[in-house]
Amino acid sequence: MDWGALHTILGGVNKHSTSIGKIWLTVLFIFRIMILVVAAERVWGDEQDDFVCNTLQPGCRNVCYDHFFPISHIRLWALQLIFVSTPALLVAMHVAYRRHEKKRQFRKGDQKCEFKDIEEIRRQRFRIEGSLWWTYTSSIFFRLIFEAVFMYAFYFMYDGFRMPRLMKCNAWPCPNTVDCFVSRPTEKTVFTIFMIAVSSICILLNVAELCYLLTKFFLRRSKKAGNSKQQPNHENKEETKQNEMNELISDSCQNTVIGFSS
Amino acid sequence: MSWAFLRDLLSGVNKYSTGIGRIWVAVVFMFRLLVYVAAAENIWKHEHDEFECNIKQPGCENVCFDHFFPVSHIRLWALQLIMVSTPSLLVVFHVAYRENREKHHNQKLYKNPGKIDGGLLCTYLISLILKTGLEIVFLVLFYKLYNGFKIPRLVKCDIKPCPNTVDCYISKPTEKMIFLYFLVATSCLCIVLNLGELSYLILKYSIKCYLKRHMKKQQ
Repeated sequence: MDWGALHTILGGVNKHSTSIGKIWLTVLFIFRIMILVVAAERVWGDEQDDFVCNTLQPGCRNVCYDHFFPISHIRLWALQLIFVSTPALLVAMHVAYRRHEKKRQFRKGDQKCEFKDIEEIRRQRFRIEGSLWWTYTSSIFFRLIFEAVFMYAFYFMYDGFRMPRLMKCNAWPCPNTVDCFVSRPTEKTVFTIFMIAVSSICILLNVAELCYLLTKFFLRRSKKAGNSKQQPNHENKEETKQNEMNELISDSCQNTVIGFSS
Repeated sequence: MSWAFLRDLLSGVNKYSTGIGRIWVAVVFMFRLLVYVAAAENIWKHEHDEFECNIKQPGCENVCFDHFFPVSHIRLWALQLIMVSTPSLLVVFHVAYRENREKHHNQKLYKNPGKIDGGLLCTYLISLILKTGLEIVFLVLFYKLYNGFKIPRLVKCDIKPCPNTVDCYISKPTEKMIFLYFLVATSCLCIVLNLGELSYLILKYSIKCYLKRHMKKQQ
């Protein structure tokens, strides 16, 4: 079980996402999870071993480290990524439920069922409308909330996003105010700023996707209220073409991601 | 052999679960297994090396560490994950037994071997009860072994060969405590899901039974 398994789970959701959703997923995997696994974990790997305090008093180093780093950056990021990926599971479950219902209809021999076989049901791509729209929109909303909460937690816990070189500590059993030195502070600052920047980009993408979905929803409603009988098939064909193009673009991006594993 | 095996096992179980069962599998994957592998394992990685006592007496640190951590939190966590996922195998075995029977008799004995009814319902309910029981057992074990879910910064140790009462410092106690609370929270969530699923199944099949009997009486 590792981040690769998460990629498999979320990859299934990709098919039913909007184009912005697919971009978000690609940014998540390439610029956050991959960077975390391949680079950031090494930078924070020796954090306690190389945290040095100017004292020989046993226990002082442990206590000071615990005081300044109640929860390590790297663990906070891992939790953030897990929480932010979880709402997409709601969409995956809803799609699976819909597929299950269609399969049941098909097995009962329902005349209304337009599929020729079960394989077609499995391969079908559901449009984001009706109850799936609500699930999808709430998942984006929860993603936004989780991102914001974790960014705030970071800022609150570490007094900003800079990693200082020197910290002064006088927690017991340190005999007096002792100088403690953090290992690789500049590198850690660089990665922290990078992760925060990518988090902000993801927040922007989520906000854009939310606006896009809401706009589409209101436009659809106004069309239905107006004259929805005129040429609905024409518009659907164009949308499907655009979605297929977007799928091709993002699939080629996904193929470059499939190769990685931790 | 690694956690991937457990992941594949649970994916197989997912097929024969109810909706709540699938939510349970998702919670176990995302909030327990993934958090364990991606975050928690690294916190406890060097716990022995970083456990420091205020004494130069050889052997004192070892003895004190062993006294305060008979079984490490992270190992208990791993055991809990494995034990809690295993009862689901009962369901998989029962379905495989049904399919085997059909093959052996060369005829369709069941409308759908994966459908939760009859004997498979009993197996499913037993697996739910076992899962819940094991979760509670491990939570109680955690509580009893470590006197609650707190991890102190400092523990005092006076076991031989330590010459007197010695101060020993645990590494990353706050971070460990945060993840311990996370473990307890997800465990409780899984217990609630299991109990919910149990009630749902019992209610559903009681109503079905009652309706069948009612129809029979009318006829």
